Amino acid sequence: MEHIQKYLYGAVLVSLLCFSPLQNFAVAGDGPDEVEIDSLAQLYEPVYFDHAMHEEVTDSNCAVCHHHTLGTQIEDENCIRCHAESSATDEIACQECHASNRFEADYLNKIDADNTLYHRDKVGLKAAYHIRCMNCHEEMGVANGCQDCHSRTDAGDKFFHSGSYTPPESDKPAGGGH
Amino acid sequence: MKAMNRRKFLKGSLLGGAAASVISKSKNADASASFGGYPDAMGVLVDLTRCVGCRSCEAACNKEQGLPAPAQSFDDLSVLDHERRTSEGAYTVVNQYEIPGQDHPLFRKIQCNHCNEPACLTSCFVNAYTKTPEGAVIYDPTVCVGCRTCMVACPFYIPAYSYSSVLNPVIKKCIFCYDTRLKFGRPPACVESCPREALTFGKRKDLIKIGNQRIKSHPDLYEDHIYGEKEVGGTSWMYLSSAPFDQVGFDTDLGTQPILSYVKEFLTVVPMVLTIWPALFAGFHLLATRKDKQKKEEKSEI
Repeated sequence: MEHIQKYLYGAVLVSLLCFSPLQNFAVAGDGPDEVEIDSLAQLYEPVYFDHAMHEEVTDSNCAVCHHHTLGTQIEDENCIRCHAESSATDEIACQECHASNRFEADYLNKIDADNTLYHRDKVGLKAAYHIRCMNCHEEMGVANGCQDCHSRTDAGDKFFHSGSYTPPESDKPAGGGH
Repeated sequence: MKAMNRRKFLKGSLLGGAAASVISKSKNADASASFGGYPDAMGVLVDLTRCVGCRSCEAACNKEQGLPAPAQSFDDLSVLDHERRTSEGAYTVVNQYEIPGQDHPLFRKIQCNHCNEPACLTSCFVNAYTKTPEGAVIYDPTVCVGCRTCMVACPFYIPAYSYSSVLNPVIKKCIFCYDTRLKFGRPPACVESCPREALTFGKRKDLIKIGNQRIKSHPDLYEDHIYGEKEVGGTSWMYLSSAPFDQVGFDTDLGTQPILSYVKEFLTVVPMVLTIWPALFAGFHLLATRKDKQKKEEKSEI
């Protein structure tokens, strides 16, 4: 599925180049209709993110999720300090900036070695999704529980000792003694 | 002559004692110039504003450490109704706090904070504990005699006891996933499982910078304090909160001195007492009973 995703992003870029000679930002409708998110795919089934629907919900303001990377005008004063004039970037998909190996030694050492880097506290890919999605879902008052978006796999049930792995009823208090 | 001897002896021993205490004082002064932790120690910054109480960290810990099956599923959020402590079966637990004036509760994950100068380590008389250069406070369960002194010493009430073991009860606590992850440069299982990066893993000194940066960028959101930066001499696990720390279960009266510094003075006297006092009082006894002995000898001569 990953290559399809790349193809979709490729399509976005091509459409950017072809149809917007005068404007350097993407418009709603250029994005993929659906994005498969499978970075948690061991404990949960992949999530099929309805990109088209979310474009509608956000009134086609790409910056709600994509910061300044589509050349959209941004409002956060702290970001404006550097990005007021930023045009669209080559990297648009979440995973192109938000690392999936956020806490692995390679990544931490790379950050450590770069003294000029401003975005040192940039969240990893998983957190980027969850913070963005969940904070917005809470604001909008829509479903926000783990399994409202993810259906859990058998491995996930085992991990959480849930579903068919639920512990038998016991009269002992949860957690036990100290 | 005899009186002179006794006086000299007493004077000498007092001077000796005074000298010993002066020497030990100066040593203390050097030691209390604070160790401050290993320079490359790793840590975790817990941001309470990001935690939603999903308990994934508890499930991950259970799996990674091979702990017994829980009494209730990890997705059963009813356990949040009462405050829990760490136990032999759960090295980390999440608790929920209602904050007056805020719509949403805050959640706080607790586990061993991996102090820079651990009180458990100091208190352990069999030296079961080690503070590794990577930042973890680990312990050797094969050495542990189960005395539970560390449970009393810990300012955060973290070490638990395997009461369920009849023959060999020992201490049980979070070891920062040292054996399986940290020593290979990998983050602990709880950090990896957290969906919202409420747990940020990195070098302790970098985490302090990150924490201060978050406070600076969002002064309205955060309390202007990183809990654990200085508390009890600094801890590897540190916390950011949007509510006053005493409202989310933190002890805000611990001070910045390592627990060790409260007992150091006393502990340095212990060897002195053990070595000097027996000789001193044996001397007193001999001097005090010398006359009696002489009298007895004189009597027997008569």
